[in-house]
Amino acid sequence: MTQPLIQMQNVDKFFGSFQALKNINLEVHKGERIVVCGPSGSGKSTMIRCINRLEKHNNGKIFIAGRELTDSEKDIDAVRREVGMVFQSFNLFPHMTVLRNLMLAPQLVRKNNKSKAKEIAMKYLERVKIPDQANKYPSQLSGGQQQRVAIARALCMSPEILLFDEPTSALDPEMINEVLEVMEDLANEGMTMICVTHEMGFARSVADRVIFMDLGEIVEEASPQEFFENPKNERTKLFLSQILSH
Amino acid sequence: MSFDISLILDSLPKMLSGIGLTFQLLILSGVLGLFLAFVLLLMRLTEKWYFSLPAQVFIYVFRGTPILVQIFIIYYGLPQFEAIRESIFWPILREPFGCAIVALTLNTGAYVSEILRGAVLAVDRGLLEAGSALGLSRNQRFIYITSPLAIRLGIPPYSNDVISLLKSTALASTITIFDMMGIARTIVAETYAPYEIFISLAIIYMIFTFFIQKGFGYFENFMSRHVKK
Repeated sequence: MTQPLIQMQNVDKFFGSFQALKNINLEVHKGERIVVCGPSGSGKSTMIRCINRLEKHNNGKIFIAGRELTDSEKDIDAVRREVGMVFQSFNLFPHMTVLRNLMLAPQLVRKNNKSKAKEIAMKYLERVKIPDQANKYPSQLSGGQQQRVAIARALCMSPEILLFDEPTSALDPEMINEVLEVMEDLANEGMTMICVTHEMGFARSVADRVIFMDLGEIVEEASPQEFFENPKNERTKLFLSQILSH
Repeated sequence: MSFDISLILDSLPKMLSGIGLTFQLLILSGVLGLFLAFVLLLMRLTEKWYFSLPAQVFIYVFRGTPILVQIFIIYYGLPQFEAIRESIFWPILREPFGCAIVALTLNTGAYVSEILRGAVLAVDRGLLEAGSALGLSRNQRFIYITSPLAIRLGIPPYSNDVISLLKSTALASTITIFDMMGIARTIVAETYAPYEIFISLAIIYMIFTFFIQKGFGYFENFMSRHVKK
């Protein structure tokens, strides 16, 4: 079997004396689609934020495409270039137009010239189906459109891996689908992705594996069918009964 | 009590002849102070104590003492030291104008650096995380994300400081500078008519304040153009 794209080995993370991650072991291979779920405060976001070093893990090892994440700025930069991230609150740069939001990293980080960066930006704006919004500011867009721009912005760096941190949690219900559709398209095209989400429909239809976390630990890891129909752990059963009952 | 209109009309042009000096004090110390504030800000933002601590002490001293005392120490106190009189700064510190500029610059620099720091810290952390996640370096995040947003956030408190600086320039008259305030004091000494003179002077300062406010208002609108629908 080929080397995994993401390897987390015995990873611990502390915030002060609070242990947010406990002995996390995870391997993700190229093209895999992982959904991470669990109650709030279970460490889901912290886990994926360790993958691109937005959080620094305290113990254990993390390898991204064979490169170990250490304090070395060079390694961190190299990993971040290959790992895209989509946030719950979009985090578009409010003082830049949509187009400039998309062009910024290709120009500064990938050193593309302006016309090449623009070409890349327009390509991905078309892919998320809002090329007509290119010259607007983020505040002029709906939440769903903003999140699609944020996905396009991450794609402009042609990442190997995309991390989604509750991408639909801040959206009005009628806008959730337009974002999920884009994510499903990406999944079908073979993008390696890890999604922290409560969208169980999405998990069922696209995930190769569902990971359930509670209290900083990976409690259960299974295929969606197994996970939803035959959960093993009591905490998983309780969680599923709570979110699927209404 | 009578209010002598003709005295006001007579003294207005005299006071206004000091306008140039008032503006020189305001603009020179404003620009130099902004530059100083930026240096102090960068010193404080580094996580190295040997940069950040001196900046903190400097800011504490200049915010913690009256500006009039600072002007007097620089004008009356510094020339007593031989080392100062032989230093390259003597041509500046020998002149009352130079002393006033130095005092106002150091004072406004201390205040403005705190304004800038507040604005930098107020920039949404999520945006900087988004920048990090895209692979932008620390410097690139500061230049392309933090700075433009912090400038926008810092305008209202900064305009406050510029207005305050305008009025602080009047203190330069205490060290023989004939700005508008210095001229007004001379006229009052000759005419014994403090009401007429000082009230008209107050109105002149208020008019300038009005234009400064307006100017910053336009600047703020320009910098906020992205949040308009």
